[in-house]
Amino acid sequence: MRKYLKLSLFVLMAVALVSTFAIGCGGGTQEEKEAYKIGALFSTTGAQSNLGVPEQNTVEMLVEKINADGGINGHQLEVIIYNDETDSTKCATLASKLIEQDEVLAIIGPTGTGNSMAILDTVTTAEIPLVSCAAGASIVTPVADRYWVFKTPQTDKQVVTEIYIYLQSINISKVAIITSTSGFGQGGKTYLESQAATYGITIVDNQTFGSDDTSMISQLTHIKGTDAEAVICWDTDKASAVVAKDMQTLQFEIPLFCSHGIANQAFIDSAGDAANGVIFPAGKLLVVDEITASDPQKEVLTSYRDEYLAAYPDSSISTFGGHAYDALYLVVGALENMDEDLTLAESRAAIRDGLEQTTDFVGISGIFTMSPTDHLGMEPGSLALIEIVDGAWTLVQ
Amino acid sequence: MSADQFVQYLMSGLTQGSIYALIGLGFTIIYAVTRIINFAQGEFVMLGGMLSYILAVKEGLPMPLAIIIAILAAAAVGAVMYLLAIRTARRASVISLIIITIGAAIFIRGIAGNRFGVNTVSPPYFTGKGSLSFLGAYIEPQALWIIGITFVVTILLYLFLSHTMVGKALRACAINPGAASLVGINTKAMSLIAFIIAAAIGGIGGVVIAPLTMASYNMGVMLGLKGFVAASIGGFMSPITTVIGGVILGIVESLAVGLDWGPFTSAYKDVIALVVLLLILMIRSGKLAAVERAG
Repeated sequence: MRKYLKLSLFVLMAVALVSTFAIGCGGGTQEEKEAYKIGALFSTTGAQSNLGVPEQNTVEMLVEKINADGGINGHQLEVIIYNDETDSTKCATLASKLIEQDEVLAIIGPTGTGNSMAILDTVTTAEIPLVSCAAGASIVTPVADRYWVFKTPQTDKQVVTEIYIYLQSINISKVAIITSTSGFGQGGKTYLESQAATYGITIVDNQTFGSDDTSMISQLTHIKGTDAEAVICWDTDKASAVVAKDMQTLQFEIPLFCSHGIANQAFIDSAGDAANGVIFPAGKLLVVDEITASDPQKEVLTSYRDEYLAAYPDSSISTFGGHAYDALYLVVGALENMDEDLTLAESRAAIRDGLEQTTDFVGISGIFTMSPTDHLGMEPGSLALIEIVDGAWTLVQ
Repeated sequence: MSADQFVQYLMSGLTQGSIYALIGLGFTIIYAVTRIINFAQGEFVMLGGMLSYILAVKEGLPMPLAIIIAILAAAAVGAVMYLLAIRTARRASVISLIIITIGAAIFIRGIAGNRFGVNTVSPPYFTGKGSLSFLGAYIEPQALWIIGITFVVTILLYLFLSHTMVGKALRACAINPGAASLVGINTKAMSLIAFIIAAAIGGIGGVVIAPLTMASYNMGVMLGLKGFVAASIGGFMSPITTVIGGVILGIVESLAVGLDWGPFTSAYKDVIALVVLLLILMIRSGKLAAVERAG
């Protein structure tokens, strides 16, 4: 009797076990497929918060939209966003957390050049694709060492070239440059120095400042003592606004050129009327109403702007959100072409390959065609020269 | 360097130096009475700057009223910080209390980032903008306000400490807390008063510098550091030495850009300022050691 009881108990347990397993399997095919998890690192506080916040807003808005439309091949999209506080040490820690703890398939961001450079080794060692939202050309060059790294914004090199070509066209040859000591500022400084001779430009003064400095009067006084015909400032909106204001205080009569780092309403708000007359190259997003209807980006730009302003009525449009838009959709494009049932490592490799095969992706910052030798892949003509007139962005014809 | 440029460097240095001095004053008062270096001092400055903007621009209050409320609010935060964070841990060592102030600073900054937003804002100038010409140099009217208010605050603080009973009691605590409590001075109340005064001066600083430097929730970090350096150069001794320390720091930073010593461009501005600090600290600690040996 006892033996019988034991046997029946065993059979019962075996049946229970098998049926649970079967139900588990059956459930898997009937219910939703496993969500695709990707990570994002943005500087939503700290010196680059004006860049990081629109990036985060954009990603949150797009994820909601993608999932509402049924996800990617039936997989929901989940994006884990961390704030690196514009701190490269924090950024590196959070990158490891995304890779090891959250086991994400790919990472988009970080916001800044310095932070992106800080995690290159981490992502390369871990073999996970990174699509940076930062400008520095060195993030994706030399491409042999950047197998896992891509980026979406126009490079500092492209923007420097754009400024120099314009200076040449208005017969300015002597410039003073004032750059920040941040990764972004130093990237700009490098290309301002190395490209100058090509365009017949002489740098007559070369000043630097810290991104958190509250006065640039001393550096600008130094510049005022030279025969510079224009000032070129390289940093994001906060410090660039201080430069614009201090130039106004010192009654400069020569024009100020800035980087695409100021393409943000916050620059106009904080510089006030000192912003008027500032000229800088940036993506076409800010002047979307002024670009011709035949421009292939016009439709994408208009709908992104309208959707963003509808989702965040209290904010304004900035090109930085556009960098995150491009990064997210590049990854989504790679996910759409990825095979099912791959391991984590295989998925990461497949996404990397997919990113590299991107062809004619019409994004916010430009049109992208990647290749094994070009991990930015932006086609020419992506930049517009913008002047601030009466506190508004205007296309320089 | 032309004469015009030299005057411009001095003016710019004096303006920045006054900012550092105003922040340094808060460090000096709290240190004198409690021996604590309050690393939340920069946050009081931030509160003054951000609140004056929010009250004047967003809430539409008249500027003078907004300024007064912002300063009172900073002072209140100073009092609450002392009562909640410092007094409850008063048996801890001074080092622990200093670490608590760092924690308080992070806490205040976090709340501010959350409540006020992370954007940089520009409060309106006190008396219009534009720049005034002076001996070939240009200066913003707001910079004159900063220099003037630093001067007035320093004089008032000096008079308060040397000519009022409370001020004398504060100084007694600074010189010898044990003896001060023996003669009936309430040292705890004095510590509270020191925090309130320091926070109020920080608030005043924030209100007056924000139109010029712009304000953001994290402005306190850098300004706090510069104020600490100013107070260190001044030896944490008196309001007057702190102001001298601040002005030295400001002018050295400014001239460092203009001197063009070979490779020393503006990239070395902060390095030069820190070298000056180190030199002064070394000279002073040598003197102190000599005094101790003689004693």
